[in-house]
Amino acid sequence: MAEILFREAIKRGLAEALDNDPNVFIMGEDIGEYGGAYAVTDGFLKQYGPKRVIDTPISEAAFLGAGIGAAAGGLRPIVEFMSISFSLVAFDQIVNMAANLRYMSGGQISVPMLMRAPTGAGVQLGATHSQSFETWLADVPGMRCVCPSTPYDALGLIRTALKENNPVMFAEPALLYAMRGEVPDEYYEVPFGSANIQRAGDDVTLVSYGAGMRVLAAAADELAAKGVSAEVIDLRSLNPVDYDTLLTSIEKTNRALLLDTSRRKGGAMAEIASDLHERAMEWLDGPVVRIGAEDVPWPYNRGLEQEVYPQSSDVLAGLQKHYGI
Amino acid sequence: MASRTKATSGKSGKTSKSGDQAASNGTGTSTGYSKDQLLEMYRQMYLIRQFEVACGENYARGLIRGFLHLYIGQEATGVGTIAPLNDDDYIVTHYRDHGHAIARGLDVNRSMAELFGRKTGLSKGKGGSMHLFDAAKKFMGGHAIVGGQLPLALGLAFSQKYLDTKGVTVCYFGDGSTNQGLYHETLNLAAVWKVPMLFVLENNGYGMGSAVERVRAGSPDFYTDVEKYGIEAAVVDGMDVIAVREATEQAVKRLRAGDGPLFIEAKTFRYVGHSYADGQKYRGSEEIDEWRKRDPVEVYPQMLVKRDIATQKEIDDLKAAVDEEVVAAVKFAEESPQPDPDELFDDIYA
Ligand SMILES: Cc1ncc(C[n+]2csc(CCOP(=O)(O)OP(=O)(O)O)c2C)c(N)n1
Ligand SMILES: [Mg+2]
Repeated sequence: MAEILFREAIKRGLAEALDNDPNVFIMGEDIGEYGGAYAVTDGFLKQYGPKRVIDTPISEAAFLGAGIGAAAGGLRPIVEFMSISFSLVAFDQIVNMAANLRYMSGGQISVPMLMRAPTGAGVQLGATHSQSFETWLADVPGMRCVCPSTPYDALGLIRTALKENNPVMFAEPALLYAMRGEVPDEYYEVPFGSANIQRAGDDVTLVSYGAGMRVLAAAADELAAKGVSAEVIDLRSLNPVDYDTLLTSIEKTNRALLLDTSRRKGGAMAEIASDLHERAMEWLDGPVVRIGAEDVPWPYNRGLEQEVYPQSSDVLAGLQKHYGI
Repeated sequence: MASRTKATSGKSGKTSKSGDQAASNGTGTSTGYSKDQLLEMYRQMYLIRQFEVACGENYARGLIRGFLHLYIGQEATGVGTIAPLNDDDYIVTHYRDHGHAIARGLDVNRSMAELFGRKTGLSKGKGGSMHLFDAAKKFMGGHAIVGGQLPLALGLAFSQKYLDTKGVTVCYFGDGSTNQGLYHETLNLAAVWKVPMLFVLENNGYGMGSAVERVRAGSPDFYTDVEKYGIEAAVVDGMDVIAVREATEQAVKRLRAGDGPLFIEAKTFRYVGHSYADGQKYRGSEEIDEWRKRDPVEVYPQMLVKRDIATQKEIDDLKAAVDEEVVAAVKFAEESPQPDPDELFDDIYA
């Protein structure tokens, strides 16, 4: 068991795939010579050569689209976006092409392609570089969408992603690249659609994913100090969503709060909250509470950005308001 | 490139003049093709035409729904560009895809059944007219976001190069799609990566109701622009199946040698509306009549008879067989079952 950085965990998973399968290649902007905007692919060009580590022009739609074609042609591409905000330029290809191809061909063509992108706010990059579009992609049938919150999950999920025969968006919270965590030396995988109970508790179910888990960890500590025992659940996977783990927890705690670090309005948790209201109403002592970022573009200024970003104090206030705890 | 095509190679590349009519339609030169090959090209063009006519009829009957884009008028381009391909080569096209599908030899019954939305269709009724696929024949669709198919073809060509299959990828697109950024992005990347991709621009003069000159700055020719990406381009009379085939054969040979992408602009025309619903308010009938004089499905078989390559009886027999085939395809489609509702959730994930 060694402590490694979140970015090193991703790198390890990618390197394993490049080592084990000659049909795996990786492409993106400045991933080779430059080493990657977040240094995840640093050294890959030297190690694996230009056939398999490809610096692309700034043409997200074209190179992502080419990834789809390469996948349909028998390869396993890994496509890196410099930011998930830039994936918008390629959304047509992701949604209309990658996600729909299998269905509209009646199951004839699969797209085993891994997309990776830094996601989320909190590092003062302003409106165009702080968004979290994994929440949009999670809605799309044909897509898989995961987002780790620890180095352990990052490696476990990326291993699964690189065996998945569907297009996967692997969202990497930019805030977490330098996070340290323990990763076993023995091989393991984290399956898609399995939420993780990071902390067991009896009084309230707190749910988030990615960078939101930090906010929940702080909130759970503060709740514990008040004598409230929180069960903290990391979804890890936005499509598919592990409803069983959520429902089992809510049956026990009778209270639920969902947190998005992206905009509360229309976020991934909106859909889940609505489902939980239908499926867990009999156990709930109040509404499924939702916490998320304010309904504004991301401001640059540190104080303003933190104002928009959900905090543990928002979690406590929400529980106080709706459950009186 | 072939004598009746003009290539740009940094020098002057001019469009075929309309005065080349004698050379057009294969009437002017001796062909290097066998009788079987020449007749097969006719069979395919006539089959496409009759298939499309039947589609129109069955749209009117309400048995085909959604958008229906017919390939009537463009048959020579599809047939001439697909004839030189191998089983290993990929084809990617847009929503006006029936002609390419038939030229590739996709099952006519299952193609028609797909248009009818039936369980026996190529995509089990989930794709429709605009989304025909047959992965076993490396026919990779049928794509209905204008320009969106270009990077798919780029990636397939990339995989061929990566895996060293010696295959090529042919990608069809219309004049309208050249106004998408993806067109330029894909040309650039294809040239940077030197992939074995053949861009086939089917310039039929219109994107829906928008004539090329109304939406395009500069020259009405496209092939002259492409050399700026370092891609050699040829222009060919898209109504002349032999000229199209010759140009494609040369291009494919070079693609297999690993020279990088090539581009063919085929000047062609659709006699019918953009889709079945189009009243063609944006153009006059004179233009259509003018192009009709060069209709490959009419002119080409006359040439075959005139030059004693085939007898009129052979042509007539071939037509009768195709007519029967199309009638049978409609019957097959009409008698095929609807998909079961429980198939709805199949084929979303692998
Ligand atoms: C992105 C996008 N915008 C608009 C449309 C609607 N549309 C479908 S076909 C078409 C015209 C395309 O013309 P062209 O590329 O010349 O092909 P042609 O139909 O002439 O074969 C338009 C505007 C679409 N399908 N996709
Ligand atoms: Mg057109």
